[in-house]
Amino acid sequence: MNVRRPLVAAVAILSLVFLYLPSLAVAVFSVNNARYGLLWKGFTWKWYQQLCQNEAILEAAVNSLLVAVISTAAATVLGTALALALDRFPWPRRLTQALDILVHLPVVTPDIIMAAALVLTFSLLRGFADIFDLGLTTLVLGHITFQISFVTLVVRSRLAALSRDIDEAARDLYATGPYLFRRVTLPLLAPGIMAGAMLAFTLSLDDFIISFFTHGPDSVTLPIYIYSSVRRGISPEIHALSTLVLLATVVLVILAERLSRFRAD
Amino acid sequence: MTGQIELGLLVAQVQKSFGSHKALKGVDLEVREGEFFTLLGPSGCGKTTLLRIIAGLELPDSGHVFLGGQDITRLPASKRQVNTVFQSYALFPHLNIFENVAFGLKARQIGPAEVRRRVADKLEMLSLDDLGKRYPHQLSGGQKQRVALARALVNEPEVLLLDEPMSALDAHLRAQVQEELRRLQRELKQTFILVTHDQDEAMVVSDRIAVMRDGLIEQVGEAREVYSRPRNQFVAEFLGAANIIQARRDGGQMVTSLGAFDLTAAPAWETGHLAIRPESIQLGEPPADDRNWVRAQVCEAIYRGQSLDVWLSPGFGQDNCRVRVRTNAKNHLRPGDQVSIFFPPEDLVALDHQSDAR
Repeated sequence: MNVRRPLVAAVAILSLVFLYLPSLAVAVFSVNNARYGLLWKGFTWKWYQQLCQNEAILEAAVNSLLVAVISTAAATVLGTALALALDRFPWPRRLTQALDILVHLPVVTPDIIMAAALVLTFSLLRGFADIFDLGLTTLVLGHITFQISFVTLVVRSRLAALSRDIDEAARDLYATGPYLFRRVTLPLLAPGIMAGAMLAFTLSLDDFIISFFTHGPDSVTLPIYIYSSVRRGISPEIHALSTLVLLATVVLVILAERLSRFRAD
Repeated sequence: MTGQIELGLLVAQVQKSFGSHKALKGVDLEVREGEFFTLLGPSGCGKTTLLRIIAGLELPDSGHVFLGGQDITRLPASKRQVNTVFQSYALFPHLNIFENVAFGLKARQIGPAEVRRRVADKLEMLSLDDLGKRYPHQLSGGQKQRVALARALVNEPEVLLLDEPMSALDAHLRAQVQEELRRLQRELKQTFILVTHDQDEAMVVSDRIAVMRDGLIEQVGEAREVYSRPRNQFVAEFLGAANIIQARRDGGQMVTSLGAFDLTAAPAWETGHLAIRPESIQLGEPPADDRNWVRAQVCEAIYRGQSLDVWLSPGFGQDNCRVRVRTNAKNHLRPGDQVSIFFPPEDLVALDHQSDAR
C-alpha cells in the first residue's frame, strides 16, 4: 500500500502535465518576442497589443460575446423552466424516465451530428422566413439547443438536493404561486441557476463545431476566427487570443463550481 | 360537548390510499378546542398521513375535515388556519431566523410594525431573542426545533400540528422539550396535535391520545385511561409492557392457567385474553381469602434503577417464566425465590380480541 502511494501521485502529476502542457505552451509563446520559430527570444506584451488593434479579431470577440450572452440568457430561462417542470409536475414514472433520457441525449450527442441536424433544420425553415439565413440568429438558436440540456441538468441536481419539505412549509405558511416562487423556490435555486448559466456561457464561448456550421459570413466568432487564421499559419496574436479565451474559460468554470457548492446545506 | 366540538377539529370517515396501499381506512376523530391531542402509533400506521390531510398537504380520497364547524377538506394548506412543525423542521436556509419566523405573517401581508412585534414576542417566548440574525445552519438541533415552533405559533393557528418534532433530538434534550411543549400549550391554550411513535412522549404531553394501527384508530382517551384500560392486545402492548393471559369465562370468574381470577367487570366473550401491567401485580403474603393470589418462583430479576423487573414462573419449576412483575427497586429477589403475587381485580383488563383480529 505505502509503496504504491508515490506512484499514484506521480501518475496524477504526469496526467495533469499531459493535460495542461499544450495550454501552457500556447501561453508561453503568446509572450515570446519572436514571430516565427520555437526559440525563446525574450518577454513581450506586443502580441496582445496587436491583438487589440486587429479589427477582425475585435469583431469576432464582440460576436462571440453577443452570441454567448443572448443564448445563455434564453437557455437559462428555458432550461430552468424545463427542470422545474420535470421535477415538480407529477409525471407518470415511465414518462419521467423517457423525459430524463430526452434531456440527457443532447449532452452526449456528438456535436457534429447536432450541427448537421441544425443545418438541415435551418435550410428547411429558410423556406418560410428569412431570419433563418445563416447569421447571428441561427448561431444563437444553435447554441441555445445544446445549452438547454446543460442548464436543466445543473438546475435539476440543485432541485433534487432541496427538500420538498421546504416547499410544503412555505405553503403551510400561507405562501402561494408567485410569492412562493419569488421568496422560496427562486432564491434557493439561484446558485444552481447561476452555475448552469456559467456553464452554458462557457460552452457557447468555446463552441466551434456547431458555430462553424450555423454561422454566416458576417457572424464569425472567436473560435472560427482562430481556426481560419491557423490555416493561414500560426501567428503569436493567435497564441495571445487563445490564452485570453482560455483564461476567461478558467475563470467562468471556477465561478460556476463555487456557485454550485454555495450553501449546499 | 357539542359546542366544544364545533370549535375544535372533526375528522369524519377519512380514507386515503397510495397506490394499492391503504394508508387510512375511514378515520373518525374529534379534537377539542385547546387540548393537547396525540396521534400515537407505529411507523406506517397512517398517523403522518392523517396529519398531512389536516394540514392540507394531502387530499383525502373520501371523508371530511371540519375546523370550527367549517368544512376545510378541499381548502389548500395556504388558506388554512393550521400550521405545522415539520419533522425535518424545514426551515428556510436562505432566510435568517427573524425572517423565517416572519414568513407566514409577511405572506399574509401583515404590516411591518406588527410583524416585528409578533416575531419578537415569539422569539422571546422561546428564548431565541439573540438568534434573530443567525441562519438555520448556524443553529443546534434544539434551537432549530424552537425556531420551527416559533415560526408556526407566530401565526396563532387554530390548530398547531407537530410531526414527530422531537425525533431528531437526543434523549436528554427530548425529555426537556416535552415538558416545555406541555407548558407552552397550557400557557397558550391553543389546540396542539402531535404525531409520535413514542408512547412515553405521548403520555407526558397529551390531554388525550389516539392509538392508531393500520390506518384506523384503535382507542382514544386520556393517557391514564388508554394505559390502564387498553381496549385490545395491540394497545396494551404498544403502550408499555403487559402480561397477556388466556382466559375462559366461567360464571363470574375467569379461569386461566394461573388459576381463577375475579374481575370488576366480566367481559362479553366466553374465551379471550386478560391484560395486566407488570407494576399492577403486587408481591406479598396472601390473606386468608386468597382469591386472585398466585404462588410463583423467580426466574430472573433485572435491576433497572427506579424499579426491579422480575420474571416469574407461576406454580413451581422454572420452565414457564412468563409473568412479568415490576416492583420496588428496594426488593431483593433472586432466581429460585418463592413468592406470592396478587392480581388486583380492578387492574385486570378483559381485551376485545375482535378488534385485534381485524
